[in-house]
Amino acid sequence: MAGIKGGDLPPWGAGLAVLAIVVLGLVFSGPGAAPEKEKAAAVAIPADSFPSTYEPLPSRTTVIRNATVLTGTGAQIDDASVLMKDGKIAAVGADIEVPDDAVVIDGEGKFVTPGIIDAHSHLGVYPSPGAAAHSDGNEAIKPVTAEVWAEHSAWPQDPGFARAIAGGVTTLQLLPGSANLIGGRSAIVRNVSSRTVQGMKFPGAGHGLKMACGENPKRVYGQKGGPSTRMGNVAGYRAAFSKAQAYKRKWEKYAADVEKGKEAEPPERDLQLDTLALAIDRKIWIHNHCYRADEMAIMIDVSKEFGYKIAAFHHASEAYKVADLLKANDICAAMWADWWGFKLESYDGIPENIAMVDAAGACAMIHSDSEVGVQRLNQEVGKAMADGRRMGLDIPPARAVAWMTSNPAKALGILDQTGTLEPGKRADVVVWSRDPFSVYAQAEQVYLDGALVYDRDDGALSPRTDFELGQVPGRTNTGGAGQ
Amino acid sequence: MTRTIIAFLGLLVPLAASAQDVPEAAPVTVPVEIRAAPAASGSGPASVLIAGGKVHTLGADGTIEGGDVLISGGKIVAVGRDLVAPEGAQVVNARDRIVTPGLMTSYSQLGITEIELVRETADVETSGKVAEAAFDVADAINPNSTLIPITRIEGITRALVAPLDGPHVFAGQAAIIHLGNGPDLVVKRRAGMFAFLGPVGGNMERYRRPESWAAFREAIAEAREYQAMKAEAGRIGQPRDQRNARIDLEALLPVIAGEEPLVVYADRASDIRQALAFGAAENVKLVILGGTEAWEVAKELADAKVPVLIDPEHNLPQNFGSLGSTLANAKRLDEAGVTVAFSSASEQYAHNARRMGQLAGNAVANGMPYERALAAITKNPAEIWGIADTYGTLEAGKDADVVVWDGDPLETGTAPVAVFIKGERMALESRQSKLRERYRDLSQKNPPFGYR
Repeated sequence: MAGIKGGDLPPWGAGLAVLAIVVLGLVFSGPGAAPEKEKAAAVAIPADSFPSTYEPLPSRTTVIRNATVLTGTGAQIDDASVLMKDGKIAAVGADIEVPDDAVVIDGEGKFVTPGIIDAHSHLGVYPSPGAAAHSDGNEAIKPVTAEVWAEHSAWPQDPGFARAIAGGVTTLQLLPGSANLIGGRSAIVRNVSSRTVQGMKFPGAGHGLKMACGENPKRVYGQKGGPSTRMGNVAGYRAAFSKAQAYKRKWEKYAADVEKGKEAEPPERDLQLDTLALAIDRKIWIHNHCYRADEMAIMIDVSKEFGYKIAAFHHASEAYKVADLLKANDICAAMWADWWGFKLESYDGIPENIAMVDAAGACAMIHSDSEVGVQRLNQEVGKAMADGRRMGLDIPPARAVAWMTSNPAKALGILDQTGTLEPGKRADVVVWSRDPFSVYAQAEQVYLDGALVYDRDDGALSPRTDFELGQVPGRTNTGGAGQ
Repeated sequence: MTRTIIAFLGLLVPLAASAQDVPEAAPVTVPVEIRAAPAASGSGPASVLIAGGKVHTLGADGTIEGGDVLISGGKIVAVGRDLVAPEGAQVVNARDRIVTPGLMTSYSQLGITEIELVRETADVETSGKVAEAAFDVADAINPNSTLIPITRIEGITRALVAPLDGPHVFAGQAAIIHLGNGPDLVVKRRAGMFAFLGPVGGNMERYRRPESWAAFREAIAEAREYQAMKAEAGRIGQPRDQRNARIDLEALLPVIAGEEPLVVYADRASDIRQALAFGAAENVKLVILGGTEAWEVAKELADAKVPVLIDPEHNLPQNFGSLGSTLANAKRLDEAGVTVAFSSASEQYAHNARRMGQLAGNAVANGMPYERALAAITKNPAEIWGIADTYGTLEAGKDADVVVWDGDPLETGTAPVAVFIKGERMALESRQSKLRERYRDLSQKNPPFGYR
C-alpha cells in the first residue's frame, strides 16, 4: 500500500518535497495505478493511511444580522452581520450585501464567535459511559508507542461529542492519554455526527503527536522497567528520536540510491519510527503534556536537538513562569482556567496563568481534557479573562475569544481553514444568546461549514448518539446535545 | 469539649424543623441600642458596617436593595436599610456591590488533602483495615492547608468535608468546617455518615448491589444490637459473633438514633428508591449524594423530605447508573419541592470547591430560579447539615460569614472584594496570589525570582 511508481523526489526531502511525495503516494497507490516509468520510483511512507472522508453537510446561504461579532482576529464589531455562503464565511461587517435568497437570523442582543476548538480532548478514546471496555486512551504497555493512533480508538458514538456541540465546539483534537513518554498520534476532527471516525477527520489537518513529561510516565513505568525518574523520561525521548534519525537516514539513502538508478530495496517499515520520522520532518507537530516550567525548558532543548516542532505544551500549569521562553520559541500553551493541585506538578497552577501567558505575547489557549469542561470552554475563558483583568491586564473580549478559537487553530495547524470569522474560511460559527463569557450564555445555534448542526430551540436539530437511543422507555429529551 | 456538646445539641434538631428554629429576621430599622453601641472591645473583632449593597439575605427579608449588614462580635447583629455605624466601626462601602452569605460546598475534601497524588497529604479515604464507619475526617483537618485561603478568597466560607468512597460500604463521617483562620476550623463533627452502595463511578471492584445492601443492613442491625447491649447496665464490650468492629458500631449509634444524617451515594433512580425505602423503614435521616437520576424520583424525595446533593453540571451517562443525567436535574428537583444543595462531582472535590458560584450559575442557566440556586450553596446546606442556627442566611444572630462581591456572585467574571468569616475580615491573599506576584514581571532583572 505504501508504494508509488513514478515521481522522482526523495521521500524525506525538506519542505514541500516530502508532502508532494506523500500526496503522490496516496494518489498513485490506489487500485489501477499502473507502473510505467522506466526509472523505478522510491517507495514513500504514507502520512495518513486512513484518509478523511468528511464532507460538509448541505448548507443554505445564511446571514446573522445585528449581532456583536467577535471575529477571533482581535476585533469586536458591533451591530454586524456574518454571511455564510457555500459553507464558507462570505462576509463579516457592519455593512454587507445580503443575497436575496439568504436565510436571515436576527442577532439582536446576541453574540457571534468562531466555532470553539478544543486542542485537548479525550472524547471517543475515553468515552461515556466510562467502562473498562471503553478505556482506549492509553496503550500503557511500554513507554514509547508512537505507532498508535488515537483515531483507531475513537468511538464516534461517544455522547460527549453531542454535548460538546451544544457548548459551541466545532473542532477537537483527540489525544491519547499521558501514560507514555510518546503516546501516539492525535486525531483532529470536525464535531459532526458520523458513523466512522474517517467521516469526522478534519481534511488536510494531519496529525499531532502526544508526548508526556513528568509524573505520569514515571508512575506508570517506575515498577515496570522504567523510566522511574524525570531524567529517565528525558533519556527515553532522546533514545526514541535517535532511533528515528537513523531510520530516516536509511530511507534517505534508499531514496538517493533510487534517484541514482540503483537497484534498491526499501527499508522495512517500522510504524513507530514512521511517526517519529514525520515529527522530525515537522510534518507532525508535538503536543506535549507538561506542567512544570523547568521541564518545558528541557523539552524545548530536546526538540531542538532532534528538530521536531512543539506546537503546544498542554496543561502547562507553570506556563506563566516561562511565558517569555514560550514566546521566543513560538510554542503555545494550552491551559485550564483554574484546575490545580491534584498532583505535585500541578501545585503551582494559578487562575491568572492564561492571561499572563497572553500578556507576555505568547500563544495562550484554554483546553478541556474533560467531557464536562469541553461543554463550557466559553465560561472558562470568561473566568481567565476576569482573573487577568483583576491583576491589571487589559484583555477585552475580542482578545480573549482567541483563547478558544484562533490560538488553538494555530496550534493544530488549521488556522488557514478555521478559528476566525474571515472571508474564505470554513463557516464554523456559534450564535450565543448573550456575551459568551457569561455563565448564563447559551450557544443557540452552531454552524459547521455553514450547515446548522445544532439549534437550541429545535429539538430535531440536535445530534443523538446510537448509545442513548431507547435507553429508558418513557423518557423524553434524552440524549440530545442540550441534554 | 464545648464544641462537641454544641454539635450534639445541633444534631437533635430535626431537619424539617430547623428552618423554623432560626432567629427572627432583624427589623429593617436598627434598634437604638445598636445605633449607640460602642465599638466591640476585648478579644472579639470590632464592628463592621457593610453599607449600601444589594443584600441577598436568603432569609425572610429576601433581597434588600441598598441594604446594610452590621457585624459585631463575630455575629450579624442587624440587616436592613439605613443602619448607623457604631462609633469606631469599620465601614465597607458596598454601593453597586452584591452582598451574600459566604458560600458553602456540600461535598469536599478541604482540609484533609493537600495534593491528591501525594498520598501522605491526602487523608481522604479509609483503607478499611482499621476503621470504616469510625473513620472521622475531623481527626485530620489541617487548618494550614493552602487550599483554605485559596478557596475562601473566592467567597466560600463553609464546607462539608467528607471522605471519598473506601473499599467497603461505609466511607466514614463528615465534618463541617469554616474556612477562616485556625487553629480550629471544625464547626461540627459527625455531620454525616457516608455510605457507598453498589458500583460507583464504573468501579467494578466494588461489591454488587445486593451484596453491599446485605452488608449495610447487617451493620445497621448489629448497631441496634450493640445499642441494646450497651443500654443494659453493667455490660461492656459487644455481642459475640458480630461482623462489624465495635468502633464502627459505636459510630453508627447517632445514625440509627436518627440524629446524624446518613448520606447514601446513589445515581440510578432505582438505587435512590431503594435508599428511600430503607430510610423510611429504619427511621434514619437520609440524604442522597450524586442523584443524577434524582429528578425521576423527585416526588418521592420531596414527600420523604430527603434532600439531594447534586452537581448541576452533570449531563452525561458517565456510567450505566446515570443514563438519565440531565442539566434539568436541579430545576426539576427544585420545582418538585426537594431541598437541593450543590457540590462539584465532576472534576475536583477539593481544589476547585471554589467553583460553587459557577455551579449555581449553570443551574440558573438551565432553568432554576436565581434565589433558589443561591440557596443551594448557602441556606439549603445549612439546613441539611443542621447548622442553620449559625449559618446560611444574613440574619441577626448568625455567624458573620458575609461576602461582598464586585458583581453577580454566580457569574464567571466576579470575585469578592471583602470576605468575612465569623466576623473576621480575611486578607484576599493565598499561595496562588503570591506566585502571581512573583512572576508578574518576567524581565530578567535583579533580584532573581527567588528573592521577589
